[in-house]
Amino acid sequence: MALELKQVSKSVAGETHIFPTDMVLEAGEFNILLGTTLSGKTSLMQLMAGLDRPTSGQVWFNGQDVTEMPVQKRNVSMVYQQFINYPNMTVFENIASPLRVAKLPDKETRSRVGEIAEILRISSMLERRPSELSGGQQQRVAMARALVKDSSLILFDEPLANLDFKLREELRDELPRLFAERDCVVVYATTEPSEALLFGGKCAAMFEGAVAQFGPTAELYRKPLNLTSAQVFSEPPLNVAKVVKSGDIFRLSDTASWPVDASYQTMADGEYTIGVRPHHVYPMQKEKQLVPIDGKVQVAELSGSESMIHFTAFEDDSWVSLSHGVHAFDGGEVTTFYVDVANCFYFGADGRLISAGM
Amino acid sequence: MKRLSWLVPTIYILFLMLPIYWLVSMSFKTTNEILGSFTLVPQEFTLENYKKIFTDSTWYMGYINSLIYVSLNTVISVAFALPAAYAFSRYRFLGDKHLFFWLLTNRMAPAAVFALPFFQLYSAIGLFDTHLAVALAHTLFNIPLAVWILEGFMSGVPKQLDETAYVDGYSFPKFFMKIFIPTIAAGIGVAAFFCFMFSWVELLLGKTLTAVAAKPIAATMTRTASTSGYELGLLAAAGALTIIPGAIVIYFVRNYIAKGFALGRV
Repeated sequence: MALELKQVSKSVAGETHIFPTDMVLEAGEFNILLGTTLSGKTSLMQLMAGLDRPTSGQVWFNGQDVTEMPVQKRNVSMVYQQFINYPNMTVFENIASPLRVAKLPDKETRSRVGEIAEILRISSMLERRPSELSGGQQQRVAMARALVKDSSLILFDEPLANLDFKLREELRDELPRLFAERDCVVVYATTEPSEALLFGGKCAAMFEGAVAQFGPTAELYRKPLNLTSAQVFSEPPLNVAKVVKSGDIFRLSDTASWPVDASYQTMADGEYTIGVRPHHVYPMQKEKQLVPIDGKVQVAELSGSESMIHFTAFEDDSWVSLSHGVHAFDGGEVTTFYVDVANCFYFGADGRLISAGM
Repeated sequence: MKRLSWLVPTIYILFLMLPIYWLVSMSFKTTNEILGSFTLVPQEFTLENYKKIFTDSTWYMGYINSLIYVSLNTVISVAFALPAAYAFSRYRFLGDKHLFFWLLTNRMAPAAVFALPFFQLYSAIGLFDTHLAVALAHTLFNIPLAVWILEGFMSGVPKQLDETAYVDGYSFPKFFMKIFIPTIAAGIGVAAFFCFMFSWVELLLGKTLTAVAAKPIAATMTRTASTSGYELGLLAAAGALTIIPGAIVIYFVRNYIAKGFALGRV
């Protein structure tokens, strides 16, 4: 089973929401849409579901053009960030509703609802109304409704975003197991890179209505195709700076430079952009080969065992350092940070990745 | 200070209830007692006034006529306002905001302005002195109000609910009847209440557009004197009875009425 987008785009009132996109989403693994809010994840999902018609392009499912097929005929399920249930129905009727519409025999409806309620641990609440449940339980009901029918396409639009931390962890563990046995295409939208890495599968990094890169999640993390993709896949944000290669030296600023490694010798002289993940910027010297840079601390967030230090480097670039241990700094303090240049990305002038470090 | 905190609400309620008490107490008095002396409670307690209303068809038909056209109006107003409000709450179209505001401007003119054109129009097409005539005339004021109230309630329902229903396989009409209407039932109740109350207390159009067959109670009540002189007790009884339908309707929507006054936008 596969969902295929062919040059799908969407614009509303002259404003482009989705730029022409090509994608093949396959069954058997998670397809993750990663991007900040307003990056077009929801718009793209609505096009996939058939809730919205693309302005141009086609949507194919299993080798069949379904672009004009209404959502009712497409056999899809969707779970939203908001807890969406029918307030006038009991939990049981909520879960049973897709089966009722499909006119399934009552006996089978009961057994299937019972089964899925058991898996999602809401069996004891079947006679209640959604408004009498907690947020986590409401979202379980919404998930149960999405899973009770044999959908060939299941869309999750940030389903865990409105849940508290503990519930989120719990459902995160459960979700992949729910799909292990199913033959369906699963699409999961999230704003958190860590969630994307957790689910694995394939990932599409989205930015301002365009897919910057689509491929195996781990590959996106380790070898982003371009600067945008790397930025989408970095939380806290990727540290970016201009670096000039001249001969055997990379020069970041007047004081910070390092020799060009053997593997970078092929790069032409000129200006590049480097991207350094926050956990490769340290507030103290390490045994590795690190490049010192000066930074003016703006704020240091200390959370238990980690320190996140926001600072300004190279005139007015905002940088972040994320490191283990507690490193307290005062705002305004000027100090030296150490950049692990062996682990940074080099992007060309057009934003494409040239080298991904080690 | 604390011990007197009950005082203000008590005085407030007393002032509120006084006219109603006076009306009810008058309705149990004879006209002679009302005109003759000042009494707090009826000295000669009588049910004659009510008996007259429930036996004399010129009186009780007034209530029946009113109830018929008010119900008719409420049903028409809500039935037409529902799809309109849905469109305003869910779709963007050319001039939607202007149209939405224009709806409300219908209520800015006093009913009297429309009395003459309605009278002329209904006489011409034979609607004069029918229940439908008054019901239709009142929709001019009630549909805009109902659209505004319902739009507020509908916009409080996330659009994702519609989408979830489509994803589940519901067609639009099925979703609208089986899921959407029950979801905004409170809003429909409040909209119906406001339509009911406006139509129930409106006098001018009701009086102008009817003669005998559909004459509303409010018009009957403007007849203060008859062959037997002033009938203040009878009028008081009729007045007391007109409060009852409103009181019954308000009971059902009491929890949502504040939201209704804010046109559903709380």
